[in-house]
Amino acid sequence: MSETILEVDNLHVRFPLPGGGVLGTGKRTLYAVSGVSFSLAKGECLSIVGESGCGKSTTALSIMGLQEPSEGTIRFRGKPIVGPGAPSRMARAKAAQMVFQDPYASLNPRQTVNASLLQPLKLHGITGSEASDRIAALLTSVGLTAEQGTRFPHEFSGGQRQRIGIARALILEPEIVVLDEPVSALDVSIRAQIINLLLDLQDEFGLSYVMISHDLSVVEHMSDRVLVMFFSQIVEQGGWKEIFENPQHPYTRRLIDAIPDPDAALRRAHKPTETATPPPPAGWRFGSDGSTQPNVFSPPEASELVDIGPDHKVRLLRD
Amino acid sequence: MTAPLLEVKDLHVGLPAAGGQSFPILQGVSFQIMPGEAFGLVGESGSGKSVTSLATMGLLKRPLRATAGEILFQGRDLLKLSKREMRRLRGDRIAMIFQEPMTALNPLVTVGRQIAEMFYLHQGKSWAEGEKLAIEALANVRVPNPDRRARNYPHQMSGGLRQRVMIAMAMACNPDLLIADEPTTALDVTVQAEVLRLIKELCTERGTAVLFISHDLGVIASVCQRVGVMYDGALVEENWTEALFADPRHDYTKGLLGALPRLGSRSEHGRQRLVDIDSIIADRSVLTQTRFISPREKGAPA
Repeated sequence: MSETILEVDNLHVRFPLPGGGVLGTGKRTLYAVSGVSFSLAKGECLSIVGESGCGKSTTALSIMGLQEPSEGTIRFRGKPIVGPGAPSRMARAKAAQMVFQDPYASLNPRQTVNASLLQPLKLHGITGSEASDRIAALLTSVGLTAEQGTRFPHEFSGGQRQRIGIARALILEPEIVVLDEPVSALDVSIRAQIINLLLDLQDEFGLSYVMISHDLSVVEHMSDRVLVMFFSQIVEQGGWKEIFENPQHPYTRRLIDAIPDPDAALRRAHKPTETATPPPPAGWRFGSDGSTQPNVFSPPEASELVDIGPDHKVRLLRD
Repeated sequence: MTAPLLEVKDLHVGLPAAGGQSFPILQGVSFQIMPGEAFGLVGESGSGKSVTSLATMGLLKRPLRATAGEILFQGRDLLKLSKREMRRLRGDRIAMIFQEPMTALNPLVTVGRQIAEMFYLHQGKSWAEGEKLAIEALANVRVPNPDRRARNYPHQMSGGLRQRVMIAMAMACNPDLLIADEPTTALDVTVQAEVLRLIKELCTERGTAVLFISHDLGVIASVCQRVGVMYDGALVEENWTEALFADPRHDYTKGLLGALPRLGSRSEHGRQRLVDIDSIIADRSVLTQTRFISPREKGAPA
């Protein structure tokens, strides 16, 4: 793979919360991200998968500089983007941009599409015909027409709004685009169009993607590499082929087995039905009431990521 | 051959428009569900799948109304029942699970009492008996510590547990038909898999028929024996689940399956594009004029 453009090293994010101690008056700490490290190469699509609350979105926000890490470094082209020596927000805006899950909630309803796209350009000193040319060209790239730029967000369908969301992320020509569940709010046919668009844009502009998703079939379709997160830690990471064809961590297998994929579901239907719930993966911490909610208020157990193949790591539990 | 449990015949639902006209929402939907069978309706937003389920429950809200057709449940036309008769049937013989359990549960009443209400209303049990049965019902849907959980309010439970409570309520009176409208859409994949397994197990165990509504073809495939594909207020294709996935006949079904990133379908080199339904179907309005309904095979699973 080509040059590395983003390096995340030993990222920790902890949130202090009230309500700890015997009387509930003390403080307690929520461990959202614990010791996450990875690198992103130019032109690569890296996906972070896991369930709600596993820390995947917090990791993405840290990359965007929207969440201050408690510990660890994030480097863009070798230079730290958080902590001392970090670039200004303006400079960072050209490094990474984000596409959100709900395009309607992330667009200003009182601004036309053109106005939404012009604002960041203005802030970076691009105005006049140069700006309007750039907006028109980008709208065409994302499958809209220049004329549609004069309309307001409510005049578009969900799929078109997501195209606007993508255009807004790309207007400053960032190198990294963080995609936070970019297609999970969309219908099947629209979802296919947006996935195709994202792949086309990646080729056209040489973008690097960090995609946050819980939809593993989309992840398999789009990613070069995959990180599997489980309760604040990476439990397995590797190339998409390793993760999907040779998953090693029990949690990864559980996630893959749970994908409602028609082919897999029909294959399962031929097998005798398993009546018992499959045993929980090793390292799964149970709550005291037997629920499957691990405790996020204690630091994760000591364990290590071990190399088990070229570009394939899995977390082992120390006994 | 046994009589179908539910038979929807040429159902039309319309939205009254200006000038005494009616804007069609459902344009002649027909399907049958045999006792104990799981039938899935799949389609995108606005295809009419939820309207079909609401019509079956007698829950169509004004101004929507059924303009033609019949919904025969155990031989009785549900569209002709009075509100009172429908209310007696609903929850007892026909039960429903909704997408968002938090809005379907009463936040001010413990879940045990909400389940007990089913026994009180439909089986004439006292509240005390009902609450005992509610604990049993929670145990049946594999809720850990059911006696303690029965005293919980909905906000004290996770999304997966709340959906289990909904299922416990729905299955409380051993209904003949369970209507599940996107029951797992709001859940994480692993929780979704558990909830789907639970629905499947309970219904097989008790011989409950299921009308399962979802936009997710994978979810439908893992629960249903037969599938109907809806598009623009009409059923465009209906077939046994395996046959539908192996050999889709209708252009829309073909497009829908091609638009789905399928697990294990990615090739070694490069990422292929997904099918764009719009590009293979230039004129979507002609779609509903052709339909592919497979003839019901003999010896259908009872």
